Amino acid sequence: MTLITIPEPQRPWETTMKQRASTASILVAAALISWILIEVTGLNGKAGYLTSFFLTSTILIFIQQFRLRDVAAAKDSLLGSFALLGMVITVIPIVSIVSTVVIKGYKGIHFGLFIHDMALNSVNDPINQGGLLHALVGTVIMVGGALIISFPIGALTALYLTEIRGRLSRPIKFLVQAMSGVPSIVAGLFILSSLVYPVTKSLSGLMGSFALSILMIPTIARTAEEMLRLIPHELREAGVALGGTQWRTVAGVILPAAKSGLVTAIILGMARIIGETAPLLLVSGGGDSLNLNPTSGAMGSLPYYIWKAFLTGGTDEAFARAWGGLLVLLAFIFILFGSARFISGRKVN
Amino acid sequence: MTLTQPTVIPAPRELTTKPRRSDQVFRGIVTLGGMASLVILGLIALFLSLKGVHILKEEKFGFISTSKWEVITDDSGSIAESSFGIGAMLVGTFLCSLIAIIVGVPIAVLGALYLTFYAKGAAKKILVSLIDLMAAFPSLLYGFWGFFIFMSSAEYWAKLLNKYLGFIPFFKVPAPIFERSPFIAGLVLAIMIIPIVTSISREIFDQTPLDRIQAAYALGASKLAMIRAVVIPYGRGGVIGGAMLGLGRAMGETVAVYTVLNVVYQINWQVLFGAGGNVASLILLKFGEAGPYEVDALMAAGLILFILTLFVNAVADLLIHRFGGKGR
Repeated sequence: MTLITIPEPQRPWETTMKQRASTASILVAAALISWILIEVTGLNGKAGYLTSFFLTSTILIFIQQFRLRDVAAAKDSLLGSFALLGMVITVIPIVSIVSTVVIKGYKGIHFGLFIHDMALNSVNDPINQGGLLHALVGTVIMVGGALIISFPIGALTALYLTEIRGRLSRPIKFLVQAMSGVPSIVAGLFILSSLVYPVTKSLSGLMGSFALSILMIPTIARTAEEMLRLIPHELREAGVALGGTQWRTVAGVILPAAKSGLVTAIILGMARIIGETAPLLLVSGGGDSLNLNPTSGAMGSLPYYIWKAFLTGGTDEAFARAWGGLLVLLAFIFILFGSARFISGRKVN
Repeated sequence: MTLTQPTVIPAPRELTTKPRRSDQVFRGIVTLGGMASLVILGLIALFLSLKGVHILKEEKFGFISTSKWEVITDDSGSIAESSFGIGAMLVGTFLCSLIAIIVGVPIAVLGALYLTFYAKGAAKKILVSLIDLMAAFPSLLYGFWGFFIFMSSAEYWAKLLNKYLGFIPFFKVPAPIFERSPFIAGLVLAIMIIPIVTSISREIFDQTPLDRIQAAYALGASKLAMIRAVVIPYGRGGVIGGAMLGLGRAMGETVAVYTVLNVVYQINWQVLFGAGGNVASLILLKFGEAGPYEVDALMAAGLILFILTLFVNAVADLLIHRFGGKGR
């Protein structure tokens, strides 16, 4: 009997310790060279350092690849560096925005914020006076109103595109896409010209809801359509094979199956409009006191509260107030977005 | 057993493809709901023209080409003379969104390439949700961030551009005021459209047929060669469509431009100089103090903006559907 030694499995494609060490040393060398560049030339600031670090490391990796392999590999490494650069430039603003809002905003947050309104205070008052209750309530009412208007329309549009699939599917898909590109200010102008001037002649929260729903409908319709498309076709066939009419199939099988998808559509629609400012500046009136009636009187909103604090203030208190408002708004968006991810992440059952 | 009674054979049910009454109602309602987008877009065009068309008739082509926005009232408060032209603001809209496209699209496409062909596993998931989240940030946030945080660095870059490339007419400035310029507004818009363009490009790149990618690798292509030979030809149209979609967003942006840009009513081609504007910010600026007649002019401006963005979006949609979406 001969002894067969089974060779250890080799993985030649994996990066070896040696390669890792050489990459690390290249990055260290690049950091050193860019530091020298900063000292010698007039470049300064974080952006300057980032630029010189990127350039030197790209060149060094290019040379390394060229020495190890050939020109093609070296060029290939260039693409990798630049793609990473694109990604980094994309991520920097997100990090900067979120950290700025959190750092500047937490000073403006206190408990009284959520139980007072600004009826008796100006934006320049000390930060512990007044609050954004009216804005919070106004935003909730207006977004809720917009949801009541846009959900049926958006869901019906999605059903038309997935269930009926008539001759008009393609044009309607295009129109929904076009509608999502309508500038928000145009939505405000439209409500002004069609409802406020001819009919109600006064600004109110309901008008804000109408303007917001124009921006919300396409988001809901597109997300709901995508979610309905995820429902397996067998479910539809099974429903019809059991003798159900199309209406019974949709109501009894498709919609329950797509429930989490439709909730995702609602949440994403809300995230889309919750920070919308321009139309509310035109049509909601923008009040400073608590107003629970959407049909009459000016109604405050979170974006209006922030807008007013930034533009009419000028003192540190006003800015702290505005950043605090932005932090609340951002928290809302995070919560909405996170729950949309969570709900749509679960399996369609 | 014998049959004592003749069995009654029921008449066969009539075969029909006609839907039942309930289905007819259902289909009717859904179709009606599906028409909503058509109706709403039609109504927007209708009402804006109803209010604005007499201004357009008065000013004729001058509404687009001239750059004057004046209302002169006599003593009794009625309007004696008025002239409206949004030429300067159209130029501003064009400039800002062009800068946004030039800066934003290459970054977005590189980022999309990174996400599709380099990022793996958890990092990829986190980056994709970060970019989706960024697309959901309100423009208010971008505007104030741009004004308070981004402005100082952008101003520094603008000075560098002016110092070293000042011989190009675009980068000249009449006075050394670099704050709140169309250049900075364009950069903020670029940051705003990057997530949109990135996610569309990523979707398009993801649809590249896998067999062709593997064929390229099997022939010994490096990643760069594969992307140049397979991905770019396949996804070019879709990426251009995504860029157009970003252009549409950038053109209609109101709040961010209003906060970052120093809105001045003059034609300004010098992108680094702190004066400019766009149509949407003009509407917001003038709306506060506008009388009924001026509001009509603003409606006309809104109509122009609406048509412009509708056109850009139409082209974008056409391109994305023509070139992308083949895999679906």
